[in-house]
Amino acid sequence: MAHKNFTTIGIGVTFSPNLKANIYEASRLAMVFQSKLLLIHVGDVSEEKRQKFETILQPFIVDGLDAQVVFQPGKPVDAILESVTKQNIDLLILGAVKRESLLKYYVGSIARKITRNVSCSVMLLINPSIERVQCKHIVVNGLEDKKTEQTIATAFVVATALESDKITIVEEISHDKVGTVEDTKSLRKTNLLKEKIKRQEDTRVQTILSHIPEAHKKNQNIATQAIFGKRGYSIGHYAQVVRADLLVMNAPEKSGFFDRLFPHDIEHILTELPNDILIIR
Amino acid sequence: MSPKKNNLSLFFKALPKNIFSGFVVSLIALPLGLGLAMASEAPPIAGIIAAVVGGVLVSILGGSNVTISGPGNGLVGVLLVAITTLGIEGAYAAIICSGILLILLGFLKMGKLADFFPSSAIQGMLAAIGLIILGKQFHIMMGNKLSLDGSIAYLLEIPSTIIGVFKYTDSGLIFAAIAGISSLFIMAFYGKIRNRFLQLVPAPMWIVLIAIGISYYYELVLQQPNPVSPEYMISGIPAPAQIINEIPTPNFSAIASGSFWVSVLALTLISSIESLLSIKAVDKLDPQKRRSNVNRDLKALGLATIGSGFLGGLNVVTVIARSSVNVNNGGSNRSANFAHASFLVIFIVLFSSQLTRIPLPALMAILVYTGYKLASPKLIGKLFSIGKEQLLIFFTTLLVTLFVDLITGIVAGVIMTFIIHIIINKGASIFFRNVMKPNVLMFQEQATGTYYISVKHFCSFLNFYKLKQKLDDIPENKDVVIDFSLCQFVDHTVMENLSGYQEVFVKRDGHFDVIGLDLHGTESAHPFALRRFVPGLQKKGTTLTKRQLTLSEIAKDFNMQYEAGKLSDTHFLDSYRFFRTKKIERVYNRLFTKKSTFKIFDVNYSEGEFIAKEEVKTTMLHIKLDQNIPTFTLDREGFLEKVSLLAGFKDIPIDNHSDFTKRFYLKGQNEASIKEFFNDELVIFFESNPYYHIESNGEALLIYSKERIAGIKEIKSLRDFGERLETTISSRKLQPVEIF
Repeated sequence: MAHKNFTTIGIGVTFSPNLKANIYEASRLAMVFQSKLLLIHVGDVSEEKRQKFETILQPFIVDGLDAQVVFQPGKPVDAILESVTKQNIDLLILGAVKRESLLKYYVGSIARKITRNVSCSVMLLINPSIERVQCKHIVVNGLEDKKTEQTIATAFVVATALESDKITIVEEISHDKVGTVEDTKSLRKTNLLKEKIKRQEDTRVQTILSHIPEAHKKNQNIATQAIFGKRGYSIGHYAQVVRADLLVMNAPEKSGFFDRLFPHDIEHILTELPNDILIIR
Repeated sequence: MSPKKNNLSLFFKALPKNIFSGFVVSLIALPLGLGLAMASEAPPIAGIIAAVVGGVLVSILGGSNVTISGPGNGLVGVLLVAITTLGIEGAYAAIICSGILLILLGFLKMGKLADFFPSSAIQGMLAAIGLIILGKQFHIMMGNKLSLDGSIAYLLEIPSTIIGVFKYTDSGLIFAAIAGISSLFIMAFYGKIRNRFLQLVPAPMWIVLIAIGISYYYELVLQQPNPVSPEYMISGIPAPAQIINEIPTPNFSAIASGSFWVSVLALTLISSIESLLSIKAVDKLDPQKRRSNVNRDLKALGLATIGSGFLGGLNVVTVIARSSVNVNNGGSNRSANFAHASFLVIFIVLFSSQLTRIPLPALMAILVYTGYKLASPKLIGKLFSIGKEQLLIFFTTLLVTLFVDLITGIVAGVIMTFIIHIIINKGASIFFRNVMKPNVLMFQEQATGTYYISVKHFCSFLNFYKLKQKLDDIPENKDVVIDFSLCQFVDHTVMENLSGYQEVFVKRDGHFDVIGLDLHGTESAHPFALRRFVPGLQKKGTTLTKRQLTLSEIAKDFNMQYEAGKLSDTHFLDSYRFFRTKKIERVYNRLFTKKSTFKIFDVNYSEGEFIAKEEVKTTMLHIKLDQNIPTFTLDREGFLEKVSLLAGFKDIPIDNHSDFTKRFYLKGQNEASIKEFFNDELVIFFESNPYYHIESNGEALLIYSKERIAGIKEIKSLRDFGERLETTISSRKLQPVEIF
């Protein structure tokens, strides 16, 4: 399966202290992916606002960025979702909020709703900055899923574009798969089983890797790592522990009411972002 | 991982040792069973029935290896309430129902249940149980039978009972009190006397034997009636035929009442907690380093409890004291538990009439001592050094248990712990927001194979099971690093449990490091204090004793170094057989050469757990050799060795040295290489020198003489012996030796 191409990148903009940093980050991404950038502002058309946005964009437009400001009236969530479909956006950039006094980031309620319901890929930024911060280490999930191959392929494209030099593919082995250790006998059994699963997972990931074009793989330090924990959540924990700069993940299956009541998978990650996250859809 | 062994032949090989160990355990189980049942106001035989049913069923169906099952001390308080409110037949029905619940817990894999209780609350509960036992039995031990309301009243009455003893006029009562008090002395000082023949029989059995002996002395020699008042003798031990004829019928008529189910719940809670804690502690003692299947054990205990209830016995739980006696006497598989049950049956069949010769106060002294051990003041000191908040939890649980009841007590302890955690963290949001989150990540680092575990948010008794599940997945001979740097709060329960894991990992050649707590604040310097972990911290005494000063002088004379303080790394002792079933507390007062290859040190270690726990201090010499030698142990041949020969150990004879073979008891795995190692020169050296216990672990020797601290002169001769032995060994022609 081929990787995702990001031809159109969208970012929701409002007049917040982070505005400039957000636009700078988005513009840089649009430049490296050579895609079109759409600034979506929820509200009616206003020339004054357009002026302000364009002033910020100016340095990038000089360098050849194809950017456009879109006004979309309505409720924030619906408005953004609507423009994503209308404008054929492939990648939506959202900023995370820093929880006061704590060094923790979480996704605000609006961004969270958008993440859940949007039809394109989403990039969640925890710390937008005006200066470029080099992305060095990308962590990508390697779980057994039909979307994984595309996710990994995209991760390599992103890694090449961002000139990151290390990529770790994480295989999450869930507890249910190996069973509970009760005594010496089951300890031995589960450890043998774990080794087996690890080998299987590794072969699967290696097959995926063999499909990645060599051009994307060179200059990359590629590693695989099996982790034990809750699927979809512990990968965020892992990314935090190894201080990764970007986490690339599959989009979860559609989450319903129950998932929010008993949060799991991506819901947990959204409440405490370890670092920037790219969700591929 | 070791390859699969031929299980059946190994089982039969270990059988004689297990039967022997089961015999020793039955000696302690008999008086304890009788006493615990009487303390619960059940017929004395009910305790024996529980031990027999438990021993048979749990040994066949259970999932642990060296544990012993039988009536438990923790249940005395609950059983007492059950029997007084429901009557004995109703209590049997409650016992049966709690057995069913235990089986359910086993099937629901609730072996982790005990992890959900803060350890200070559990200690508070156990101390309360100890006080209940002590308070009630103390009066009988002193020959003053009372009937009061509530356990507090019994405790408050203790001073007046003590005063009352001096006013006794009835000689029957005086002798009863003498029997009780002297039995208490035997219990308390038995561990202090390190005589191998005395230690062959456990203290409770000595009490029984002495009591029966005295009774016969009066009857046969003095031709007088027993001086102890007849109402203070054990009564109601039925003959075997009578037991079978008089199996009580459980009375289920109270099944609809609330008090019935409160009793059932309390019985289930206490018996599962007591069993789970005991299994955890006994697993640490297992020389073969096996892990018990707690869920399977719970099912077996439940079934045994049901069986016991129908036959007129008490709840069956895993018991720590008897289990540790089992390990210390060489029990290695479940057949020891079975043997213990069989010997109890034999005792009852053959000697049931003799048991009525035991004075009640003597038996109750055993229980008073058990109760004291549960509520020992040492425990309070330990908790205080961990942190004042632990004392608050401890006393909340203890007092509520004493004044209200057990279940309310433990619930109060849990709530108190949680309130303290909220106060320390200035809010509950950290708990409520994160309690459902999967906060533990584990992965195996690829370069080193080390298991890395990172814990986020908080880690306390509320979610320790998540961390525990990951820890249980790791074989104990691997390296583990636990990182708490993303974790804002770690509580005492977690710290204490981690320290237990650390102990097991280190003993089994793994490593267990806790990192990331350096930035966490703490109020006390104790390693188990909440929030912070500082391993191996111990205050150094500033003033040296006379012995220590002399030791430092000796060090100068012999060009050695002297260090009085505690050595934190005692791992070099773990590979010796001698320490396999013992827990090393501290190594100190070290005399050592520059490279530390030759060192003399004092070591404190403990054997067993709970009432069977004995602390021993001794002086040892450790020599690291420059060559590999076979592993062996060398002892003086004595009576005990003759006995253990029968139990399946083998003495290796050295050809042409019949005197050596006769005088020394040599044991080891590789007979051929040991025979080769003990050449003429070495044999003559041993024959012509003072006698020491010597153990080789393949590359070093451990030499000691007595199970007590050595004096200055003894240390000098130990040093001299060791030095000459080292020269004798290293002067041997270096021969390639097969190593195990």
